[in-house]
Amino acid sequence: MEHYLSLFIRSIFIENLALAFFLGMCTFLAVSKKIETALGLGIAVILVQMITVPANNILYQYLLKDGALAWAGLPDVDLSFLGLISYIGVVAAMVQILEMVMDKYVPALYNALGIFLPLITVNCAILGGTLFMVERDYNLAESAVYGVGSGLGWAMAITAIAGIREKLKYSDVPDGLQGLGITFITAGLMALGFMAFSGIQL
Amino acid sequence: MASEIKSSVIDPLIDNNPITLQVLGVCSALAVTTNMMAALVMGIALTTVTAFSSAFISSIRNHIPSSIRIIVQMTIIASLVIIVDQVLKAYAYEISKQLSVFVGLIITNCIVLGRAEAFAMKNPPVLSFFDGIGNGLGYSLILLVVAFFRELLGAGKLFGHQIIPVANEGGWYIPNGLMLLPPSAFFVIGLLIWAIRSWKKEQVEEADYQIHQVHRTEVL
Repeated sequence: MEHYLSLFIRSIFIENLALAFFLGMCTFLAVSKKIETALGLGIAVILVQMITVPANNILYQYLLKDGALAWAGLPDVDLSFLGLISYIGVVAAMVQILEMVMDKYVPALYNALGIFLPLITVNCAILGGTLFMVERDYNLAESAVYGVGSGLGWAMAITAIAGIREKLKYSDVPDGLQGLGITFITAGLMALGFMAFSGIQL
Repeated sequence: MASEIKSSVIDPLIDNNPITLQVLGVCSALAVTTNMMAALVMGIALTTVTAFSSAFISSIRNHIPSSIRIIVQMTIIASLVIIVDQVLKAYAYEISKQLSVFVGLIITNCIVLGRAEAFAMKNPPVLSFFDGIGNGLGYSLILLVVAFFRELLGAGKLFGHQIIPVANEGGWYIPNGLMLLPPSAFFVIGLLIWAIRSWKKEQVEEADYQIHQVHRTEVL
């Protein structure tokens, strides 16, 4: 239990997808002008991450890994080179399914997320989470915890930067830094803050 | 035709740079720039993928139903990335280890999909190919500039060769360790944007609010 708890904390703070690995930066910079939209996108990322990381873990453990096809009588087959294309397929399919399920059962949340759901397919944080899961060879339970934690960390980071940017628009920024430039500097300062967590050993 | 090709290669370098103006493909720009070699390999990999995916997608653009176009584009891009990944693993294993997941993440790099969607779906294959090359080069240029500063100031090296003698090897330069850490990538790109926009004034963004100058004679 303790192992999972520390993995959870680590994936939120120490190995924050956005601020320590720079994943999902395009959306992180583009969709962080308002807190509400940032929060909506954050929730969507948590949901998708929660489903796709364990799903891809199953796919990896039972189909793609070296020797994973032993249950089908093919112990020598190594399909790991097909990984990338299968993971992105799973992500795209999951996003599509999630979209339809939410449309049917929770239309309020569906309408609130709107355009962000389909965009999540091309958010590197999602595919990045899966690739880190493969690289670190997590088992199913670990990958479920990692999925939720990393999604939560990303959502937290984008909400925080949206909060800062809402205040920042009232400040007097030099012309050339206006908009994108100052956002980069802000994100850099946030990353610097998050580095304080990196000293924590769990 | 020739001039169109020329402008589609030259424009994305500074005037319409994918990173500093279009805000595409920022993730890997930040993560792989701790040294020049990794940045160079990443730039080449991305340019190859963008150029060929644009060319392929453009050549079948009239046969793709618009409702499933994202999936079709993703499949083409993912196949190309797998090829690049396998080539890197075979011929440049060290670098491939260093780039870790970021080669795979070229799939979701917004530059590739962005150019496929915005350019290749509307233009013929040859032009799309050169548009891909141009945007890939624009991306590589920023990567190399950022990596130049980070490696030079962070370790006193360029491409792994010692340029400035560092203090703990008897030289005079004390390396700035911060440059090798993640946050400095944000600062370098932020300052780079500032420099480019001071040079090319038309790229400056409008502020949401203007600070109101109050003069003594004015009654508010």
